[in-house]
Amino acid sequence: MHENSVIRHAGITLRALPGMARFALRCAPADAPRASQALGLDLPLAALTASAGAGRAALWLGPDEWLILAEDGAAETLPPAMEDAFAATPFSLVEVSGRQLAYGLSGPGAEEVLAEGCPLDLSDAAFGPGTCTRTLFGKVEMVLWRPGPEPAWHIEVWRSFAPHLHAHLREALLDL
Amino acid sequence: MLLIRCPHCGDRPEVEFRHGGEAHLARPPEPAALSDAEWAAYLHQRRNPRGPHAERWRHIHGCGRFFNAVRDTLTDRFLATYPTGAARPDGTQQGDPA
Repeated sequence: MHENSVIRHAGITLRALPGMARFALRCAPADAPRASQALGLDLPLAALTASAGAGRAALWLGPDEWLILAEDGAAETLPPAMEDAFAATPFSLVEVSGRQLAYGLSGPGAEEVLAEGCPLDLSDAAFGPGTCTRTLFGKVEMVLWRPGPEPAWHIEVWRSFAPHLHAHLREALLDL
Repeated sequence: MLLIRCPHCGDRPEVEFRHGGEAHLARPPEPAALSDAEWAAYLHQRRNPRGPHAERWRHIHGCGRFFNAVRDTLTDRFLATYPTGAARPDGTQQGDPA
C-alpha cells in the first residue's frame, strides 16, 4: 500500500509519515496568545509561516486559520487546554486527524519533484525555511511546509486524494 | 501562468483562485420594499464592462479568503487587488458597457 511505502530515487526519498493529531483552528488573530498558551508554542501571525517545537507545529493557513500538528494523543489533551485558555472568547478547534495524511519528501533537489505539479516558486529565496502554505499539486489541494533549512518538505493531503497525489509524486520522482 | 496578488499571500498562480462575480454589490436593506423589476435588477443585472471591472476573487487553494480585484476585461490585466470592505482604488475607473 502506498501508505506504508518508502521510495528512494536519485538521492530523494518519498515516505508516508506516521500518524499524528491534527486540528483546524480558527480564532481572531488578537486572541492568538490564548492559543499559544494552550499549544505551548507561538501561533504564527505572519502570512505563510509556521512555528514548531516540542513535537507540535502551527501552520498559518489564513489570517484567522491555522493547521495544528501535534503528537498522537493530543486529541484528548489539546481541546480542554484550548477551552481553558479561551474561556468565554469564541474560537473553533476541529480535530481533523483522520481527514489527512502526511508525506515527507526529502533529499537534494526534492523541490524539483514538487515542481512537477506545484506552480509555486520553491527556491530558497521565495520559499525559505519555516514557510508553509495551502496550494495545489496538479489538481490536488495540499498543505506544503518546509520545516527547516535542509531540502525536506512536509506534505499534508486529504485522505481521499492521497493515493492520486502519491502516485503523481512517485511518477515525478522516478522520472528524475 | 498569470500571477494574481492576494492581499494576504502575495503573488500567486492563477490556478489557486476562483472568480466570484462583480464586486461592491450591496444587498438592498429592505427587499420587500422593492418592485419586481428592481429586485430582478439586483439579482441578475451586471455591468459586464469592456475595460476595468471590479470583481470578487477567492484565493480558494491558498488562504481561502475573498478579496476584490480590478481586472481589465479586455487585456486580462489585474490593475489592483484590495481587501474586502476597502474602497475601489483611485485610478481604476469603470470601463464602458460592452
